[in-house]
Amino acid sequence: MSGPVLHVPARDVPDLGTDAFLERVRAGVARGERPVTLYGRPAAAPEQVVMTCVLHGPGGLSLARTTVDRAGGYPALSNDLTRFHAFERELFEQHRVTPHGHPWLKPVRFAGDATRLEDYPFFKVAGKEVHEVQVGPIHAGVIEPGAFRFMCHGETVHHLEVHLGFQHRGVEALLLRRPPKLLAPLVESVVGDSSVAYAIGYARAIEALAGQRVPDEHELVRAIGLELERIAMHLVGLAGLATDVAFLPGSTTYGRLRTAVINATQRLCGNRFGRGWVRPGGVRAGVPRDVAAAVREALAALARDLGPCNDLMFSSRTVAHRLRGAGVVSTSVARELGLVGLAARASGVPIDLRGDLPCRSFERLALTPLTEPDGDCWARARLRARELDASLSWLGRALDAAGDALPGGVAPTGALAPDTLVVSLVEGWRGEVVQVLETDAAGALLHYKVQDPSLLNWQGLAMAVRENAIFDFPICNKSFDLSYCGNDL
Amino acid sequence: MIFDQLKKAWRVHVAQGRQTVPDVRAASPTGYRCLPKVDETKPCLEGCAACIDVCPSAAITAAPVRFDLGRCTMCGECAAACPAGKLSFTNDYRVASTTREGLVTGEGKALEPVQVAERLRAVFGRSLKLRQVSAGGCNGCELELNALGNVNFDLQRYGIEWVASPRHADGLVLSGPLTKHMAAALQLCWDAMPEPRFVVAVGACAISGGVFATSDQLDRSFLDRVGPVLYVPGCPPHPLSIAAGLLDLLGRDS
Repeated sequence: MSGPVLHVPARDVPDLGTDAFLERVRAGVARGERPVTLYGRPAAAPEQVVMTCVLHGPGGLSLARTTVDRAGGYPALSNDLTRFHAFERELFEQHRVTPHGHPWLKPVRFAGDATRLEDYPFFKVAGKEVHEVQVGPIHAGVIEPGAFRFMCHGETVHHLEVHLGFQHRGVEALLLRRPPKLLAPLVESVVGDSSVAYAIGYARAIEALAGQRVPDEHELVRAIGLELERIAMHLVGLAGLATDVAFLPGSTTYGRLRTAVINATQRLCGNRFGRGWVRPGGVRAGVPRDVAAAVREALAALARDLGPCNDLMFSSRTVAHRLRGAGVVSTSVARELGLVGLAARASGVPIDLRGDLPCRSFERLALTPLTEPDGDCWARARLRARELDASLSWLGRALDAAGDALPGGVAPTGALAPDTLVVSLVEGWRGEVVQVLETDAAGALLHYKVQDPSLLNWQGLAMAVRENAIFDFPICNKSFDLSYCGNDL
Repeated sequence: MIFDQLKKAWRVHVAQGRQTVPDVRAASPTGYRCLPKVDETKPCLEGCAACIDVCPSAAITAAPVRFDLGRCTMCGECAAACPAGKLSFTNDYRVASTTREGLVTGEGKALEPVQVAERLRAVFGRSLKLRQVSAGGCNGCELELNALGNVNFDLQRYGIEWVASPRHADGLVLSGPLTKHMAAALQLCWDAMPEPRFVVAVGACAISGGVFATSDQLDRSFLDRVGPVLYVPGCPPHPLSIAAGLLDLLGRDS
């Protein structure tokens, strides 16, 4: 089984030509391969764009490439393969390559042009009693900005158009501006609730380019950080859902349990979000024996209080009444849209890179992907609770395997290989974080592609709220808990 | 059934106990890498600029070696890179300041602590309603601002609360580097707030742009028009830093 990192010399990824490229991608999908990303980068000739598709099949990751003329474009894949819709919209927005026949080329983030974002013509639903509701970009709570336009008949939502871009900071351009080995603090702020996942993906990509292999112990520290991040954010999700259905014992208990977990993370690495921990070449902090004891104690206390709280929450009729049957995404819709991560698994689609493309730590200490069949808000809440238990037990096994002490350290990273392409995937708490780096002939970064699981999953939310009452939107939104800045970059 | 639920609820309630940090100005967050310290007894190596080279947000100046906490992400890269062992970080989290210049600290200059704003104290000392706007925030600051309301930090005990509408707000708490696309919405929010009103800048991004400062996708002109009365540095700031800063600004007892 291959791991979550693929690195190949760029010359070994042949330019297939557009027809063969599309054929290769379609044949892969027909065989059951999953398109992880399709993205563009400027070609040497200004009128051309290099398109790369990363596919995930039974044999691991594979690549297909072609060069297209911006003016000429190519026939869109999205018409019959819906899961490409966000990729092709982004391709059109970033590179002005037209996927001909694409049904909806709405920009995914309106990069660089505020007026278009404000004047955008939303889908209209016609009818005398139809009305529209706009929410955002600023919301009532303390959260990131993004806008939602609902087309309603009475209280029933017929259609939701997700309207994002307010968070656009120009991340991909900034990533090319500083020395490639010094990008960790910026990478950790791309999506700040997934700092560890992003830093791991970035560090592994740089190490692959430099031909460096960090010790197993450092990889295990990274995986411990990743699971602590998952536990903390799943607790945030459950606390938020409890708050949104006015279930106060859940709201307060999950909230304070998160404090205990991120304080353990801070004790390990100096920051409650795991920032400043994972670096190319290793980890800035290991797990000293006394800290391991404190972490074990914190996790044991968490496990002790989590069970009764889960039991109370998931046996409460008021909670079940609000969450069950709300915001359903069926398995077939989840597959069609190419949902990833937690949202996919809650709809019965078993994608989890920790099992599918395990890194060394998850190869050594396996973690079985969990799924829920129903695809409703309840399923997304239940799955969080079950994944919390699984991650807690995995952390116990990891500390056992480590003998309760792991060394830290960052070894110097050598020069980056020239003309090389690296795909680095990490299963963050939301789903797969994709980073694709490519170097030029001098070993400098030519392109840095970032893709958050939210890019694909936002359309899952839009489908989930169809034919639901508009007052259930907050719980639907919270049950997905997607990233605005991860989409907007 | 109902008694089962009551028993379960009681168990959760008892397990909760008392979780509140008693005094948000006298806590000791174990391990928190916050305030940079420059050891003035150790000289820099000749021509060395290792700390400046690795800093992701141009927060360090040489001769004298000083940190601008308004830019610093407290990532610790400088301390790891310094061959003279001159730099370190402590968990002193009371790093907020009332002026932008007050955030500069290092050789020959200490951080300038928060000055009580007498006018704000008179009006909002016992009840302060805050509206939060994230303008490009990565969800780090937003999560920590939310955490101020949980049972651990419990800012409501001081009469400080989040409100859903700018019409109800006394203060605007700003996070994120101020993206172009949020410029109009941010201004609308501010315009909707009744006088007297003020802005608090939370996190390196809001204060200086942070690691995004050199992006051409920002519009920070709002801060040229409206100067914050309080700066809380960090990436993200610990809830304790924010809570202590607000209480200091209002001259409140803990």
